[in-house]
Amino acid sequence: MATLEELSMPVRLFLKAYPWRHIDPTPWAHASQPLNQSRIAVVSSAGFIRKGQKPFDDHAKGGDPSFRWIGQETPTENLMETHRSQSFDHSGIQTDPNLALPLRRLETLAKEGTIGSVNHRHASCMGSLTAPGKFTRETAPAIADELIQDGVNRVLLVPV
Amino acid sequence: MCNQTVSLVAAAIEDRGIPTVTIQLLEEIARKVGPPRALCVPFAHGFPLGQPGNAKMQRDIILEALALIDRTDLSPPHLSHHSTRSQKPEGRK
Repeated sequence: MATLEELSMPVRLFLKAYPWRHIDPTPWAHASQPLNQSRIAVVSSAGFIRKGQKPFDDHAKGGDPSFRWIGQETPTENLMETHRSQSFDHSGIQTDPNLALPLRRLETLAKEGTIGSVNHRHASCMGSLTAPGKFTRETAPAIADELIQDGVNRVLLVPV
Repeated sequence: MCNQTVSLVAAAIEDRGIPTVTIQLLEEIARKVGPPRALCVPFAHGFPLGQPGNAKMQRDIILEALALIDRTDLSPPHLSHHSTRSQKPEGRK
């Protein structure tokens, strides 16, 4: 498990003092399908964009609250990792984007029948959001509504 | 901050009736934010599904996380630890 102690002192102090949003009440949904009949989508906060997509705005105050759709068929080499934080080692997700957006792993799981299917697209956002008001009000509901339209049954969310 | 960001999306999705599971890298933050259903993994920041290029390890983490959705004995918010660290799931309230 990562710990706050592995981060630099300024980052630790910021995180200690930060007013974390607390989800209350906690929503809770049950599986409607067994795993081998479920359509899976991923939400990654690693800041991936597909080559040619508009980059996230690194200078947005409080962080860029927008998101991008990444197609399941996107070749790994066409993914660009653009997470703006310098407080973690980016080498792993740059070497293997599946670490935070597991397109090829889900592809394998679907082919072998362990999961029902992989959704045709996944949501990518910039996790480094210190002011998540607009993200909470607009982006998160938009992602959720679209994934429901896609017929997704389960969602895996991956931070970095 | 990433842990909070994905948790906020998880809440919106779960609120619409679709079950979610979030990977969490910092238990302390996960407890403060409280995503509906979470798997804490023993990896450093930047390595949420384990080792780069290790397809089996990544697959195991993904399936362990997705399997939490099938558990009928859990209550929200629920926080589990990756099974190599602890076999015993842990509930929160």
